[in-house]
Amino acid sequence: MIRATLVMALREIRRNTLRSFLTMLGIVIGVGAVIALTTIGEGATARVTQDIAKLGNNLLIVQPDRSRRSGGFTPAAPFRQTDVEIIRQEVTGAEAVAPTANRQAMAVWGNRNRQLSATGTTNDYLTVRGYTLSAGRSFMESEENSSSPLCIIGATVRTELFGGSDPIGQSIRLDKLSCEVIGVLGAKGQSGMGQDQDDVILLPLRTVQRRMLGTNDVNAIYVSAAEGRSTAQVKSQMESLLRQRRRIPPGGEDDFSVRDMAEIAAAMSSATGVLTTLLGAIAGVSLLVGGIGIMNIMLVNVTERTREIGIRLAIGARGREVMLQFLVEAVVLSTLGGVIGILLGLFGSYMATRSLQMPFVLVPDVMGLAFVFSALVGIGFGYLPAHKAARLNPIEALRHE
Amino acid sequence: MTTFAVVEFKGVSKIYGAGDTEVRALDGVDMRIHRGEFVAIMGSSGSGKSTAMNLIGCLDLPTLGAYEFRGVNVCELDADQRALLRRMYIGFVFQGFNLLARTSAVENVELPLVYRRVPARERRERAMESLRAVGLENRAHHTPSELSGGQQQRVAIARALVSDPSLLLADEPTGNLDSPRKREIMELLVRLNEERGITIAMVTHEPDMSVYVSRVAMFKDGKLVGDDAPEHVTFAGPLSTRPLSSRQSS
Repeated sequence: MIRATLVMALREIRRNTLRSFLTMLGIVIGVGAVIALTTIGEGATARVTQDIAKLGNNLLIVQPDRSRRSGGFTPAAPFRQTDVEIIRQEVTGAEAVAPTANRQAMAVWGNRNRQLSATGTTNDYLTVRGYTLSAGRSFMESEENSSSPLCIIGATVRTELFGGSDPIGQSIRLDKLSCEVIGVLGAKGQSGMGQDQDDVILLPLRTVQRRMLGTNDVNAIYVSAAEGRSTAQVKSQMESLLRQRRRIPPGGEDDFSVRDMAEIAAAMSSATGVLTTLLGAIAGVSLLVGGIGIMNIMLVNVTERTREIGIRLAIGARGREVMLQFLVEAVVLSTLGGVIGILLGLFGSYMATRSLQMPFVLVPDVMGLAFVFSALVGIGFGYLPAHKAARLNPIEALRHE
Repeated sequence: MTTFAVVEFKGVSKIYGAGDTEVRALDGVDMRIHRGEFVAIMGSSGSGKSTAMNLIGCLDLPTLGAYEFRGVNVCELDADQRALLRRMYIGFVFQGFNLLARTSAVENVELPLVYRRVPARERRERAMESLRAVGLENRAHHTPSELSGGQQQRVAIARALVSDPSLLLADEPTGNLDSPRKREIMELLVRLNEERGITIAMVTHEPDMSVYVSRVAMFKDGKLVGDDAPEHVTFAGPLSTRPLSSRQSS
């Protein structure tokens, strides 16, 4: 019976192709909008997360904090090498700890030059930031702790300064310091904040401290949490350790900050997630409007086919069978609209994510939900017309012109 | 004549409205239709014949009295049970043919079998057989708009026959047809009655049609005024004074 009813419904829908299409259109647009917006939203979220992950694996950045100092702009004391050692020893969840000292410098090779940030650090920095070497080598242990004039250059620096020639073994000038290129980093692309992560030049920490800055300051410490350790835990360990070392009384304000990239990523992706949900909800309203469209047409349909209903009742159809027929018709219309909407939404969002260079993320949950919801719209808004059809008096229905 | 009554009216009245506006469409009618009979229910407009027809067809219930269809008291059945009764035992033929538009002849004929849950293949076979019985097997895939009035009515008869009903109920089956077509349909009904023994009750206001039937039940003002073989019934006065187009159910 269900099959026969389904066949009847499909025939009825095909018989009035244009009207059926117009009836479905509301659902098509509603479902399409929901699918497109959520898919694009998910793509945006994925991109944000990806971008932040690009900064490094489970990255935490520790910096002396200048801005939050109460009572003025007194800069907080920088870190020392001993701080780095203590963190290495005491913070159990830290996998790699890389101190850095920075200075803006003009890099010159031959007749080309480039303004960039020279970073003095250790090999751990590569691990923490997720850099790979595309050519050459990293620092040797003896070089790491010396002030040897050696450097590893980023991919952008390599192309900008050296073009096609091999940089390894070449000597470049950083302000007044002449240093030998021993390695080239693999390209990492832009960070989530739009910085070019390949426009860097790495030197041994002491080289920058002694030869470029003339201090023993450590400007920032990059820490990566060990696999399986929560960054939050590492963060709190580090905070209490540093408070102790920097003699901050209980209740006193930190004069340093520990930024947890995973936390920032979560915050940003939850923000885009909220936006996605909101957009999806707005699109859901159009689904509701589509449902009302179905009800409208089905009501007209029942009136138009009163005589047919009379014939069916006379032939021996029970009220509930007539009701089932109209309900099935409404549900077939709405689910068909749902399927078309899903396909259209996927197509639209595929095109959009491609042109926005975002990842195309399928959201099966939302697709399933949209499908079920469109079927429910059919049942919900098909019920009234179907009920009306079922309650017709066969004698009057047969007499209906 | 067999004593098995397909239709039995026992003091049936149908009253519309109440008080001053009360209308007795049927007034204490006793009537039986036996198996194998071909009965014409006749009378002018407002005589109650259409009301009788609706009651016989289990589309409506009497206000007073009892109606037994194949020994079952119809008054005790609810709408769904009456629908099942129609589905199993009654075939309808209407004046206006009442075929489903834009639906092929064979699909129209199949319709009662759909509600009987007959499998698709058997449905198609039986529908074709039924179309063959009315001589339209070569028009099976035409839609009603592609068929003439007579052909449409034959499709309707095939639809009524397809479920092997105990009673074929025809409401003015010739009302919308010209004379040659009227004859064609009446001869088909007579043949079905004689060859297949199908019980037929036909409502008509045309005295001419009485020659085809075995019995005439004559209604006037809601009362059964004559019930006999057609040759014994007198058709006093014009039966219908109103044009067909404005015909209303009494």
